[in-house]
Amino acid sequence: MEGHALPPEEHFITVEPYYEPIGDEIALFEAAYRNRLPVLLKGPTGCGKTRFMEHMAWRLKRPLITVSCHDDLTASDLVGRYLITADQTVWVDGPLARAVRAGGICYLDEVVEARKDTTVVIHPLADDRRMLPMEKLGLELEASPEFMLAISYNPGYQSVLKELKQSTRQRFVALEFDYPAPALEQRIVVKETGLDEALAAQLVKLAAMTRNLKGSGLDEGASTRLLVHAGKLMMDGVAPAAACRGAIARALTDEPEMLAAVDELIATLF
Amino acid sequence: MNSSPPSSDVSLSAAELEEQLDELLEAAYTPGRRTDAIAAKLAAHPAEVQRFVLHWCAVTAQTHSQVAYLFARHVLEALETMDRPDVQKWLLHAMDLYDRQGLYPAIAVLKAPREFAGDAVDHAQGVYLEEISGVLELFLRGLSGRAMKLEPVDPPHTDTTTLFLPSRVGRFPDEESNFRLYKALAVHQWAQTHFGTFFPELAAQLHAYPDPDKARKLYLLLETVRLDAVLARHYPGLAREIQSLRDAPLPAEFTAAAAELEAPGAGRKHSLEWTANLLTQPLPPPWPYLGDLFPERAEAERQQRLRRDKAALQAALAHMQRGAKKPATFSLRREKSADEVTADFVLLADGRPVVLHDEVKGLLHSIDLDLGEIPPDYLTPAGDGGYAPAKSPKEKDMAAPEGGYTYNEWDYQRRHYRKNWCTLRELPSGLGNAGYAAEILDKYGGQVGQIRRVFEALRGEEKRLRAQKNGDDVDLDAAIAARTDLRCGREMTDRVFTRQERLERNIAVLFMVDMSGSTRGWINDAERESLLLMCEGLEKLGDRYAIYGFSGMTRIRCEIFPIKTFAEPYGPDVQRRIAGIEPKDYTRMGAAIRHLTAKLKEVDARTRLLVTLSDGKPDDFNDPYRGVYGIEDTRMALIEAKRAGIHPFCITIDQEARNYLPHMYGAVNYTIVSEVRHLPAKVADIYRKLTT
Repeated sequence: MEGHALPPEEHFITVEPYYEPIGDEIALFEAAYRNRLPVLLKGPTGCGKTRFMEHMAWRLKRPLITVSCHDDLTASDLVGRYLITADQTVWVDGPLARAVRAGGICYLDEVVEARKDTTVVIHPLADDRRMLPMEKLGLELEASPEFMLAISYNPGYQSVLKELKQSTRQRFVALEFDYPAPALEQRIVVKETGLDEALAAQLVKLAAMTRNLKGSGLDEGASTRLLVHAGKLMMDGVAPAAACRGAIARALTDEPEMLAAVDELIATLF
Repeated sequence: MNSSPPSSDVSLSAAELEEQLDELLEAAYTPGRRTDAIAAKLAAHPAEVQRFVLHWCAVTAQTHSQVAYLFARHVLEALETMDRPDVQKWLLHAMDLYDRQGLYPAIAVLKAPREFAGDAVDHAQGVYLEEISGVLELFLRGLSGRAMKLEPVDPPHTDTTTLFLPSRVGRFPDEESNFRLYKALAVHQWAQTHFGTFFPELAAQLHAYPDPDKARKLYLLLETVRLDAVLARHYPGLAREIQSLRDAPLPAEFTAAAAELEAPGAGRKHSLEWTANLLTQPLPPPWPYLGDLFPERAEAERQQRLRRDKAALQAALAHMQRGAKKPATFSLRREKSADEVTADFVLLADGRPVVLHDEVKGLLHSIDLDLGEIPPDYLTPAGDGGYAPAKSPKEKDMAAPEGGYTYNEWDYQRRHYRKNWCTLRELPSGLGNAGYAAEILDKYGGQVGQIRRVFEALRGEEKRLRAQKNGDDVDLDAAIAARTDLRCGREMTDRVFTRQERLERNIAVLFMVDMSGSTRGWINDAERESLLLMCEGLEKLGDRYAIYGFSGMTRIRCEIFPIKTFAEPYGPDVQRRIAGIEPKDYTRMGAAIRHLTAKLKEVDARTRLLVTLSDGKPDDFNDPYRGVYGIEDTRMALIEAKRAGIHPFCITIDQEARNYLPHMYGAVNYTIVSEVRHLPAKVADIYRKLTT
């Protein structure tokens, strides 16, 4: 398939992204959207936060602009900056400004990773002002009524540096995500990979084993996403144990002893 | 080593050997310790062998001269049956035993080299429990969802809380198979507990048979057959491995029993029935992974555990309803779970479901396994609904036995760690005079101000970065250059902005302060003053910092005194604790460094510093720790710290330090302060240089 380029604000999701609701998160999100409230998604990595956003963007028929935050991400990366072209400087909107203008959903993934100055632009957008200050243009951009701000963070990182400040978190409607219950997780793995029920059940069992190890050497257990990766490798003909070693064990840890233990756990199932 | 082995290749005569051995083994002061026979035999061996024996005698004598003597007496016999690396293993095994279990087990191993050789030569690839217990514990935790203790005891069995495994498995010629056998033994013990092999009347029922010993073994065999089938349904991979360990098929008389026990739904009652039926048959030879079964021990442990669990559950329930106006009535609803035996519980308080903590879930699960139900009296909150945390066995100190942390120590002569050799405790530090801090800050008035200013300047260091892709102003030079490039038809850069940037400091520092007896007087004063000045500066700077004192006497009494933790703010309490720093005992540095490294590792910072304030080299009471041993252990502890991404640095007053510090800390990671009274001002200065 050939890739094609589209400006992010025109990127509407047309095919329903597969999503299994865990509780009433869809209704809550829709209500927040109707009332123009920003949303905070909490939960461990790979449990379906990003997929949920895609699904909601499809439901609400709005373009989804996702920004993965990292520790060098500054406010101007979000708002925009002057770029120099052939003979002049040109203002280029950042992803957040584009979403604000076009009435899209802007999703700031792992927002705690971003630099602290980004909160300056998020705060006025996240309360009832719904304004994006564009300092370099001397403008304040009023958000279109369809615009929505969503951020995510993983409370599992036990780090003092990666905490969300009260002044930020208290602007959001919070939705909590966790790994789905075994039966549901099995259904997700089957649906996402086409694997047969029995193998999917074994994968889910393996996930539970690794989640048992959280806190005794692993920072996180295997996420649903890792199970899907392993499942896809299996569907492609990779032997189940080898698929799990590659997609799960080595993705989880570098520590030799832990690696050996996870490999042994894999060996019990396949 | 006080006696160096001969360096030439000429073998020594019996007399020369005897002289050396006498000195090494302190034969002169120990009645009944004769070296002449050993020397005579050893004289017949080539120089290489003599060197080997003398070297290890010297090493072992550092630990215990009796162990060394026995080694000398039996080493030639050992060399007849083993090659030298295996002899070395044999000796290290004995010394490990001496460290952990005392003299007699070590002597037993040394006196029977042939026995060890039996294992070592046939299967040099034997696996020791301590080598694999880390992986095995994690593996079992993953499998079962709870922590299980492993202990080296033969024959392998379980009391349903601890898994007892042999200290070494050398049955197979390759390491992998030996590990697999360990795994099978451990998994079966876990499965016995988890899938209901034990029940209160088991011991009595087995004793009712005319041959209770045989009945017990038969029951274990039948249960093993049943559990293998259960495991095969849940863990096919594991079952395959265990299957491969069955070295003999079951006799024909057992076929019917096996068929019934392997069917889904079979339980221990089927095993008991077949025990009665098959008792007249001879027992087949045991499979390697068949341990033993001690129902009495399991029952005793079960009673104890039930008491513990009941108290803990009641305390937890009391804790849950703390603050409620009127005590709630708790009840349980049992829900089916995915696997065959365990149940999931929903706890109801006055009929409404309550969110369950993992700990409470674990307790319910454990009680359910032991009793098959949760009796209503277990659901009565402790006391009158009052929470008594002291009675709860869930206190933090349950994690480490006797309230201490244990650390390995590096023995440079063995080139091995002595396992769990040091016991370290954190003790509350003494409080000093409340007026002390004010007095010192007054004394150093001008300097305090200067340190604050210097550190303040460090904090807000701002920089204008040139030639940036984006920024708040145009970098004229870069813009002109870019225009020029464009005019000349060259590619122009887009880096034409300047940006004001504040360089963020992301530093955590831990000060480790020597509180050994030798710091008494001036040095102690200087340490306390330095710390106070540092704190004043660091408060301005904003770096995260902690202060811990260390001291102790012997390996079982290493002590750490928290003076300021990372989380605690600087204030009067910290000042009083600094004032209260006083000389105590000795300097066993290795354990202190390992402990504080662990603390520092928990802090998320780009740069982590471990700064030692000390007055001399590592030292301990009447112990080989004084001297090379201590320096080498400290060095190893520092290497471990560096591996963990920590920068160790040492500030010392010891003028001799140049002889050993470069070796311990590395050439650039230390400073010697020549004058004690300069220390307070110096420390701040050193820190500033260190972190800019």
